[in-house]
Amino acid sequence: MELTVENLACARGGVPVLEGVSFTLKAGQALLLRGPNGIGKTTLLRTLAGLQPALEGRVSVPPETMAYAAHADGLKATLTVTENLAFWARIFGQRGLGSALEDFNLTDLAHRQAQNLSAGQKRRLGLARLLVTGRPIWVLDEPTVSLDVASVALFGQAVKRHLQGGGAALIATHIDLGFQAEELDVTPFKAVPRQMDDFDEAFV
Amino acid sequence: MIALLLRDLNLAVRAGGGFGLALAFFLIVVVLVPFGVGPDSAILSAIAPGILWVGALLACLLSLDRIFALDHEDGSLDLLATAPIPLEGVVAMKAAAHWVTTGLPLTLAAPGLGMLLSLEPDAFGWQMLSLALGTPALSMIGTFGAALTVGLKRGGLLLSLLVLPLYVPTLIFGAELVARGADGMATATPLMMLAAITLATVALLPFAAAAAIRINLR
Repeated sequence: MELTVENLACARGGVPVLEGVSFTLKAGQALLLRGPNGIGKTTLLRTLAGLQPALEGRVSVPPETMAYAAHADGLKATLTVTENLAFWARIFGQRGLGSALEDFNLTDLAHRQAQNLSAGQKRRLGLARLLVTGRPIWVLDEPTVSLDVASVALFGQAVKRHLQGGGAALIATHIDLGFQAEELDVTPFKAVPRQMDDFDEAFV
Repeated sequence: MIALLLRDLNLAVRAGGGFGLALAFFLIVVVLVPFGVGPDSAILSAIAPGILWVGALLACLLSLDRIFALDHEDGSLDLLATAPIPLEGVVAMKAAAHWVTTGLPLTLAAPGLGMLLSLEPDAFGWQMLSLALGTPALSMIGTFGAALTVGLKRGGLLLSLLVLPLYVPTLIFGAELVARGADGMATATPLMMLAAITLATVALLPFAAAAAIRINLR
């Protein structure tokens, strides 16, 4: 199980933002994506997750191994914490919630509706979803937004356990997550501004 | 995929879920028509099949923009697109959930409301049959329209404009089936046309809708 990215270029809104991105992510490894706002970290992660096509280059990864978590947590306000998690577990073909509630300190909130959670609690629930997907490669976009110091530590431990269990994680973040990981600054890959020559491509 | 259907049904019946919206609208339309047209039962029974069908169609239209917009706003749609179930399956389940929360209640309520419009007693069965056959096509076409407009803020008007022309064949054959059934004429042709439209939309539109969502998520 390995994520290999070769010479990848991706675009947002028809404008190329990154090009020539290459890296390899092996089992047990975490890679932190760094770079200023607007450099294209989210676009890169969405491309890797298969939500948008790459302009050029190649992404090779075994099928059905990636779990993507974006800025939005995908929670339903009128479902409880447990119901939200159980839904995603079933969608990903997993039985039970495992230790997802305990790992993110959600046990006391298990029967509360998601609309009554604080922003940080919602974020923890969104991250707990990763544990119930049962997928080895986590692709996370700013996972620690609105988390307090203790919750960031919880998240750090969850990632460490995931890596020890043979998983891998690709995380776009601006802060120190409390564990050793390689860093990849994407700033040097900033695309040279160019016009897309094909109108149709730019349109879609 | 069943989990998605169950979740959507569960969400629909909880606070703010919109279950009953279509049914209430249908009820209002049908109750108001006799006031507008007058109590002449001959006129009412002549227009009843058409009113019931137009009412069902508009009621269906009312809840279309919720199908994908809510999931798009809270990020669920991105996550569903990266989940192991195919997007075509997601679309089909969304359409099924929409039908169970709108088309099915409308079908079941039609006989009771038909009575308010002096619908011929012979036509009650045909009315239910035509709605049962036709409303799945309304949900499926509507889901396709919702998929096309998923990224747009307040795309409701565009959605209606896109979807209404596609609804016309269902409306024509649905109302025709009831009118012919009420008059005791041969019903095989509109019946088969209505069934054919529904089967074709169910067979083809999930793929078209999934393609539209993939483009809109980029």
